[in-house]
This record gives sequence, structure tokens and C-alpha cells, in this order.
Amino acid sequence: MNGLTTVFRKEVRENLRDRRALFNSLLLGPLLFPVLFVGLMWFLDSAEQERAEKTLELPVVGAQFAPSLIRFLEQQGAVIQPDPENPEDMVRNQEVPVVIRILPEFAENWEQGIPAPIEVISDISRQESNVPIRRVKRLLLGYGQQIGSLRLQLRGVAPQLASPIMLKDVDLSTPKSRAILAIIFLPYVLMITAFTGATHLAMDTTAGEKERKSLEPLLINPVPRWQIMTGKMLTTTVFAMASLTLTLVAFRIVLPLMPVGAFGMDLTLDHATLMKILVVISPVAILAAALLTLLASFAKSYREAQSYMGLVILIPMIPSLIFMANPVKAESWMMNVPLFSQNMLIGEIIRDQPVPLAWYTMSIASTLVIGLALAIIAASIYNRPKLIFSSG
Amino acid sequence: MIVVKNLKKSFGEVKAVNGVSFEARDGEITGLLGPNGAGKTTTLRMLYSLLPPDEGEIRIDGLDPANDAMEIKRTLGVVPDSRGLYTRLTARENIAYFGELHGMNRQAIEGRIVELTRTLNMEEFIDRRTEGFSQGQRVKVAIARAMIHEPQTVLMDEPSNGLDVMSTRALREYVLGLKVDGHSIVLSTHIMQEVAALCDRIVIIAKGEVAADGSAEELLARSGCDSLEDAFVQLIGSEEGLLA
Repeated sequence: MNGLTTVFRKEVRENLRDRRALFNSLLLGPLLFPVLFVGLMWFLDSAEQERAEKTLELPVVGAQFAPSLIRFLEQQGAVIQPDPENPEDMVRNQEVPVVIRILPEFAENWEQGIPAPIEVISDISRQESNVPIRRVKRLLLGYGQQIGSLRLQLRGVAPQLASPIMLKDVDLSTPKSRAILAIIFLPYVLMITAFTGATHLAMDTTAGEKERKSLEPLLINPVPRWQIMTGKMLTTTVFAMASLTLTLVAFRIVLPLMPVGAFGMDLTLDHATLMKILVVISPVAILAAALLTLLASFAKSYREAQSYMGLVILIPMIPSLIFMANPVKAESWMMNVPLFSQNMLIGEIIRDQPVPLAWYTMSIASTLVIGLALAIIAASIYNRPKLIFSSG
Repeated sequence: MIVVKNLKKSFGEVKAVNGVSFEARDGEITGLLGPNGAGKTTTLRMLYSLLPPDEGEIRIDGLDPANDAMEIKRTLGVVPDSRGLYTRLTARENIAYFGELHGMNRQAIEGRIVELTRTLNMEEFIDRRTEGFSQGQRVKVAIARAMIHEPQTVLMDEPSNGLDVMSTRALREYVLGLKVDGHSIVLSTHIMQEVAALCDRIVIIAKGEVAADGSAEELLARSGCDSLEDAFVQLIGSEEGLLA
């Protein structure tokens, strides 16, 4: 085993001197994701607020058919722009997010107590219009309810009779569990970090060594090849782990800075949570290191290896994307699926839910089994002379 | 002491080595001389058990690479065709890495590096990172890391490739020193002067086969030529590859 530790020590020392390795594994992931995320949240939050607080400018077609409604809208702070030329085009050209049209029969229907038609013209595929549309509809419905109640009262009927049901929200989510809404992406980021943290090292220690023509001299030494490969994979794993740890620490520092207090979320990651996440995600680092080393071993050069890596990075994204698109309840069998199980578990941990110990062991064991199987294949692959000479 | 009998190796259709036999004795320098692509590197790779031979027998100090690969690797010092160094490590760290892979302890490694630095004249750059080293400096480091464990048998693949006159001289002196110390040395080359200046025994290889085998005098006598170069051309039967 001496050969293994010698290779490991040398690779660590060599890569700590490599700016590219440090940048890719220890800086890029840990800095990029947290900063990107917090920046995005700030931006979304302020944009949302701005839209909610902005004066509502509302072009109205046929304002003359409903003078009291117009008065109501103005009282609520809307600025009415009467008689726009071509309301549909205004919306289509994004001049305004929403226009309402009061139809000519409005006044007549209103008089007779028949529901009076108002068209709300908008393009709901434009996300930035959502807030103004919601505001307009809320105002119109509010006005409708107010008038409805008055009508009933005039006829001597208690308005409550028209509301046979009263809904009450009993929300059992906690500030911690609501946090998942904001950091549902965290498992996804960690999964990618495990892979990006390992990528450079996996390529440099195998394809890179081949390219620099130092592989042949290395293999002449009296050390079994599996030990050489394992030493290299161990280095890759350690760098991937370091990348993950730094990313988590960065999130711990950065999350409290997020503008989520208003939503009643508790976004702090305490030490225990951090450690639990790290334990859950560690096997992924081994899996990533083994998989990437195996793939990079087939490449003749760093460049060729790089061209494979673009595709590999999709692998950790798949389970996260499935989960984000179609959230499912965590169940036992899922714990046997690497990457998927980590997604589930980290979600539960952030939500502060009790997780059966068996789930941890299943997730860790299944991922380790596949990781080790890949590692064994990678370790034995250098026994094939062909691979060594593929550089010509 | 190396004994090679009827060594064969093919890569697909190509017969790279097709029945090579020779002996390399202790205290002698054996030169594998041949044009480019004659099978010298493949022969050497089989000797240092990087490639398994298809057929034939190899014995290095009585050991068979097929069965005792690890044991043989401990007694071999190899300067292979590819001499990549780790550019982010210093020359000293490069050499020490191989010492550690040979299972040597730190003290022994340091002692050996002091010795090798002196014999190979590496004082000037021993603690510099190998990024940007000249060919000569690189070959010296490659030799030093191959010799760190004081191997009895030394294999060198085209050691003087790309070296200037001064470095070549230094290399020759070093190899002659090894011979005096009783090592068995095999080097491959396509440079005539190198063979004439160094080798006690010349194995001429062409198209994967041994074309002739003997001392310089014997080869001259056998071919009836005056110069080794003419003898070489006559013995391999063409000028192919000579000028490469």
C-alpha cells in the first residue's frame, strides 16, 4: 500500500501547486453558486417588490359605461388612461401589461342585476405581467363583492348567506420546512459541485499524465497499477470533497444574507445539518471521482477528456431536474438509487424532518457499491497495455 | 545479465518484433542499433515488462518478467522513450518520487540524490521546478530518477536523442562509469558514433529481426567493410532509416 500513499501524496502536492486545479475545484464551485444564488434572490425580490408597489397604470376601454367602477379603481390608487386606441396591440407590443375593456352592455346588465362583462386583456406568457394582472383582477373582484353584498343588504338578505363556506388555512409548515422552497436547488448544486470538483483532477492525473508522457516512466516502477490508479482516484475524491465542504460553508455564510425573512423562512444551516449533508453527499464524491477517472483514462489527451466531460456533467443534473419538475414523496426504494437518494435526503434534512437511519445507510451503501465498482474497473483498466500506448 | 531468446511481438498485422535473441552481460554496454521503426523500443518495453511478449523468453538475472514483474522492476533502471517530468515539481521532487515508489526511505533517497546531483552535474537546477528545462536537463533528471535505487541492469531508449554535444559527452561518460562499476547496460540508438564510442557489443536490428550481433571488430570483419557505417548498411541490406 506504500505505492498508493506515495502516489496520493505526490498528486496532492502537485495539484495544490496547479492554479487550474485550485481554481476549478476549490474556488469556482464554492464561490460561483452561492454568490449566483444570493444575487439572483436579491434581484427577484427587489423586482417583485417594485412591481407590487408601482402605481398601476391601467388603460380602460369604455370607461364611460361604468363611472362608479372607475371611481373605485381610482380610489384604490390606479391611474386610469381612458380610451386607448388599440388595446390588443398595446399589450402585444408590451407597452402595457394589462388593459381592461368594459363592454357596451355593461351598463344595461348592471341595471338589471345580470353579471356585467369586463374583459381583462393581457398576455399571460409574459411573466413580468403576472403581478399587474393579479392586482387588476383583485381590484375588480373586490369591487364586485362589495357591490354584491350591498345588493343583498338592500333586499334585506344577510350577505353571509352568499358565502356558505369559510376556508381557514391551517399551515403546518415551519420556518425551517418553508426554507426548502427557497433552497430546493441546493441538492442540485451540491451534486454538480461533486462532479465539477472532481473533473479537472480526474483528467489531469490520467489523460494529462499520458499527454505529458510521464505515464510510461511511472508504470515502470515496482508498484502495482491498481495502487497507482487508486492513489490518483483518492486525490480526485479528496479534491471533490474539499469542493463540497467549501461550497456548504459558503452557503452557511451567505444564506442568512438572503432577503427571505419576510416569507417566514429559516434559512440557517447549523453545524449538525451541515455535517449530515456532508455525510450524505460524500459517497457521491467517490462515485464522481471513479466515474470521471474511468472515462478520462480512455482519452489520449486532456483536451479529448474535456470533450467527454461536457456530457458527463449532465448525469448529476438528471435526478435533480426530475425531482424539481415532479416532486415526489420520499420512499424507501428511492434510497437505493444513487444521486436520486441524495436529492431526497438533503431535502428532508433541510426541512428538518426525521429521517429513518436505514435510509441513510441505504443511500450511502448503494452509492458506495456503484462508486467502488467503477473504481475497480478504473483501477484495473491500466493493466491493458493498449491504454498506455494510445498516445502513440 | 540479460538473456533474450526468440522474442516476438505483433500489434495486429504488424510484426514489430519477430524473433529477436541476444545477450547483455554485466560490465558491458550492449547497443541495440537499428533504423527507426526496427523494433528497438518494443524490445525494450518487453524487457521492462511494460508489454508482454507474444512468444520467446526473457531472463534478467535469471528472473522472468512474466512471473516476477515486480521483482525485475526493482532491479531495473529504465530511461524510456517518453521522458515526461512533472513540471509542477522540482527536479529533486521528481527524483524523490521515484525513490519513494521503489520503497526507499527518505534518508536513502536524500543520500542518493546528493550523489546523482554530483555525477550528473545537476547542482544548478536540482531545486528548480522542471517547467522550461532544456532537453539536456530533462534527460539528466530522467536518468537520475531511473538510477535512484541503484539498479544492476540499466535500459536506455535513445538516451542521447535531442542532446547537444556537451550533454552527449556527459551522458557517455556517465554510462561508461556505470560499466566500470559492473552494471549491465542496454541502450538503443540509431546513431553510429554512439555505438562506436560506447558499446562492447552491438546487436543490429532491422524489421524486427536481428541482422547481426557482435563486437565492432567482429561486425567489420564479417561485412568486409572499413567503417561501421558501411558495415551497418551492408548488414541490414538497405540505407533505409539511417539518415532519419
